[in-house]
Amino acid sequence: MSETSLSALAAQLAGKQVSSRELAQSYLGRIVALNPSINAFITVDAEKTLLEAAAADARIAAGQAGPLTGVPIAHKDIFCTDGWLTTCGSKMLSNFVAPYDAHVIQRFKAAGMPSLGKTNMDEFAMGSSNETSYYGAVKNPWNTAYVPGGSSGGAAACVAARMAPAATGTDTGGSIRQPAALCGITGLKPTYGLVSRYGMIAFASSLDQAGPMAPSAEDCALLLNVMTGFDPSDSTSLEREKEDYARDLDKPLAGLRVGLPREFFAEGLNNEVAAAVDAAVAELKTLGATPVDISLANSKLAIPVYYVLAPAEASSNLSRFDGVRYGYRAPDYANLDDMYCKTRAQGFGAEVKRRILIGAYVLSHGYYDAYYLQAQKIRRLIADDFSEAFKVCDVILGPTAPGTAFKLGEKSDDPVEMYLNDLYTIPANLAGLPGMSLPCGFDAKGLPIGLQLVGNYFSEAKMLNVAHQYQRVTDWHARAPEGLK
Amino acid sequence: MRQALSPDDVKRIARLARIETSDAEAQATQAQLNSIFDLIATMQAVDTRGVSPMAHAQEVYQRLRDDIVTETDRHAAFQAVAPAVENGLYLVPKVIE
Amino acid sequence: MKWETVIGLEVHTQLATKSKIFSGSSTAFGAAPNTQASAVDIALPGVLPVLNRGAVECAIRFGLAIGGNLNRVNVFDRKNYFYPDLPKGYQISQLAKPIVEGGALKIVVGDTERTINLTRAHMEEDAGKSLHEDFHGMTGIDLNRAGTPLLEIVSEPEMRSSAEAVAYARALHTLVTWIGICDGNMQEGSFRVDANVSVRPVGQAEFGTRREIKNLNSFRFLQQAIDYEVRWQIETLEDGGRIEQATVLFDPDRGETRMMRSKEEAHDYRYFPDPDLLPVKLDEDWIERVRATLPELPAAMQARFQRDYGVSAYDAAVLTGSRALADYFEAVAKACGQGKLAANWVMGELSAALNKAELDIVQCPVSAAQLGTLIARIQDGTLSGKLAKQVFEGLWEGAGEVDAIIEARGLKQMSDSGELEKIIDEVLAANPKSVEEFRSGKEKAFNALVGQVMKASRGKANPAQVNELLKIKLQ
Repeated sequence: MSETSLSALAAQLAGKQVSSRELAQSYLGRIVALNPSINAFITVDAEKTLLEAAAADARIAAGQAGPLTGVPIAHKDIFCTDGWLTTCGSKMLSNFVAPYDAHVIQRFKAAGMPSLGKTNMDEFAMGSSNETSYYGAVKNPWNTAYVPGGSSGGAAACVAARMAPAATGTDTGGSIRQPAALCGITGLKPTYGLVSRYGMIAFASSLDQAGPMAPSAEDCALLLNVMTGFDPSDSTSLEREKEDYARDLDKPLAGLRVGLPREFFAEGLNNEVAAAVDAAVAELKTLGATPVDISLANSKLAIPVYYVLAPAEASSNLSRFDGVRYGYRAPDYANLDDMYCKTRAQGFGAEVKRRILIGAYVLSHGYYDAYYLQAQKIRRLIADDFSEAFKVCDVILGPTAPGTAFKLGEKSDDPVEMYLNDLYTIPANLAGLPGMSLPCGFDAKGLPIGLQLVGNYFSEAKMLNVAHQYQRVTDWHARAPEGLK
Repeated sequence: MRQALSPDDVKRIARLARIETSDAEAQATQAQLNSIFDLIATMQAVDTRGVSPMAHAQEVYQRLRDDIVTETDRHAAFQAVAPAVENGLYLVPKVIE
Repeated sequence: MKWETVIGLEVHTQLATKSKIFSGSSTAFGAAPNTQASAVDIALPGVLPVLNRGAVECAIRFGLAIGGNLNRVNVFDRKNYFYPDLPKGYQISQLAKPIVEGGALKIVVGDTERTINLTRAHMEEDAGKSLHEDFHGMTGIDLNRAGTPLLEIVSEPEMRSSAEAVAYARALHTLVTWIGICDGNMQEGSFRVDANVSVRPVGQAEFGTRREIKNLNSFRFLQQAIDYEVRWQIETLEDGGRIEQATVLFDPDRGETRMMRSKEEAHDYRYFPDPDLLPVKLDEDWIERVRATLPELPAAMQARFQRDYGVSAYDAAVLTGSRALADYFEAVAKACGQGKLAANWVMGELSAALNKAELDIVQCPVSAAQLGTLIARIQDGTLSGKLAKQVFEGLWEGAGEVDAIIEARGLKQMSDSGELEKIIDEVLAANPKSVEEFRSGKEKAFNALVGQVMKASRGKANPAQVNELLKIKLQ
């Protein structure tokens, strides 16, 4: 399936073997055929897509193409897109046509990559299974009785099902990496601050980061080149020299020290996942890497810390959804206060409301020190663990998720059980470190298994190198679900 | 040992967050919230004396913008998505002071 | 029971920047609703704040002027509450680490000088406006003001009377306009005062429960509101009642304070550091650059006026009511070299004329140079004090320069002894009775004769000279 790698598509476009319009139409056709069973997309607008594709073709013809001009991409419905419905998977924004473009969207437009549509997601990015969306659950293309993971479930599913050659996602506690793992694709969360958050509807401001989702590491590297860059509209955006994230893909891995945190291979980890990850480690050894035993002792506290900090920030970020200036407003109310309370009760789903309540509680009078402040301190400890680890290794490796995809409805009654899915991914968000997931096998049910790499700050090129070298000698990432043609 | 949340606590917080919550809903949410708080409780016992809180990953300071006007009037576009607007004003149920 | 009043003031000053504190929208007053409200200002999903350097610089200026401590690293926090004029559902403010802490302001009440200490000053954003005129039972929200930079200036609860509170508010108003960080326009809401008022029995160490009177936008209302509130609190306590902590509004039509209905529940603002903003760092170079641009401050100027121009402390305080007035006075004093006279003229005739015409000193039709010349002409004997007023009126009306007006209206003081002697002789001849009376010991008769001479000379005689000559002639 490597004819659909981004570089292959770009070459075909450059060689006039295919036009952007033809590519777009081909993918739009697959979306029409497959979306009813996968539900990966919330909004598709063929007319708009084809207009963008035509513009890309004009650029190519005029010799003004960039590296990925004409290659289409799907966008998680968390990115405000001018003139497009932008719902964030919520009833609260089910009528919100964004009047401006997110910075990330602007970059893709500047790169000349037409949008295939807005992908489904857990409501306000809160979830690990894409079951909390107002627009219905997304199905895992490998087995539609199973979840694709979340919150970027739609993005992961559409790439896995080849409804799009690539997609954008966002990751706050694992929302790119975990669905990438469950859907057998590659996904990367960059170092915090590398990708602008302007226009990306905020969940937890100090943790959210946008990133690429595509079949391969090489694809992700090319997408990262488009997505990253300083944005003066985002105070947390970092000003750094422009990097080519594909520059080190072909470096040999000899001498690479791969840290294996013992806490990530402890109880709670599914046997099949453990076996697949072990096999991947062995593979890397043959490529010249050396495994190193490390400990991230405070990582077990990552989940409680996350479930204080993220809901706290979210409870405040979501206060703007009040029915006053945009979005859903309750149809009947007695007075202003009632309007607020009914709008928010009706507009938000159960998981979102739960997290707002937790957030409001941990910030409330008398609890700030015990919860929020304590969590920020432990966050420091978790980040320090990583700093220590990176003194003895170059990249950290482990499973992305403790298991493979689970059945729809299986965990949605117990929030805590759902939260435990993010066990291995959350620490990187808390520390602000880059992390990625790549496919490394399948379980007995034929469901994908993902392995996670976590790198030191700004070491995306190295992580992508490791992933790419692994993907050169394996083909997990090249597989696509059968029966989806 | 942390006190469990009562349904009254749930209603009080729901009030703070302006989310209408019936007694039945408060009951239902209460159990789930309490289990989440049990999860959170494990971090409270950790000794963090002398540890400075981490708000941001990098030690960076706030960038400053020049004091110039860069925005233009886009109220027509912004108000096209508003629930209730009149004479350029957003309308809400009457505010009583 | 003797009661003591305890007052602390929180003053919100809109900073005189061109753009808002966290967005690039204009802060100009009076625009059509929501035409100066950007995506960031109306809190669209996904938007983010970026800090305006100009706002920070205003805060630094204030911190230096007030002698406060500038926190080299200061942090923005979110203050969470729901209100339609607060689009994000939180206000970005500063709680734990404000930009300025401490500082002090000198106030003068009557003859007494006091120093009031400040607790802190912090940066925050203003909210929008609610218009309650009838939109069929709805309220209209205008977000033009949302995001305007504010400096909230908090005093220690050290004021003990409404007079002191007003003196403090006035001195603060003078200072912030003096250093150019605020335009001071209270009608437009540039300078808004909240008063925290409580009473306690004299001698008690603990403070009583305080009530907060919000949004007073004139010094007169500030005084009236405090006076009413203090009376109300004392009456309540003397009747055996308790004071509950509350936020109240002043009704200027009734002259009463009353509780705000919407604030029945105490707010839990759930403050936490804003994760969308990074800590603000002030480096020493910047602070020194700002310090170098600060003008001479009112207190220093007052001391200098007393020392160099011989004006009284009270006069110095009045003359430094605004920088424009102080600069005007100084220019006059330098032009004529007569500090006290300059002070009298500026505080007297000039101020009266300005008040009557409802003009500010910057709109004064008489220039400092002109007034200086006028005073010089009095001093050198060209003009009598009385006729000087006519010249002043001429200047005000734009009739020309001082000397030209004197010429044109024939107001030159007569000092030629010959001419004067002639007039005196005529008067003495015409008033034999007064002469008789004076010679027989009646002092009053002398003044009557002086008056006659002045009248005969149509005010142009030099009174001192008239006195002298008359004495000689009557011997």
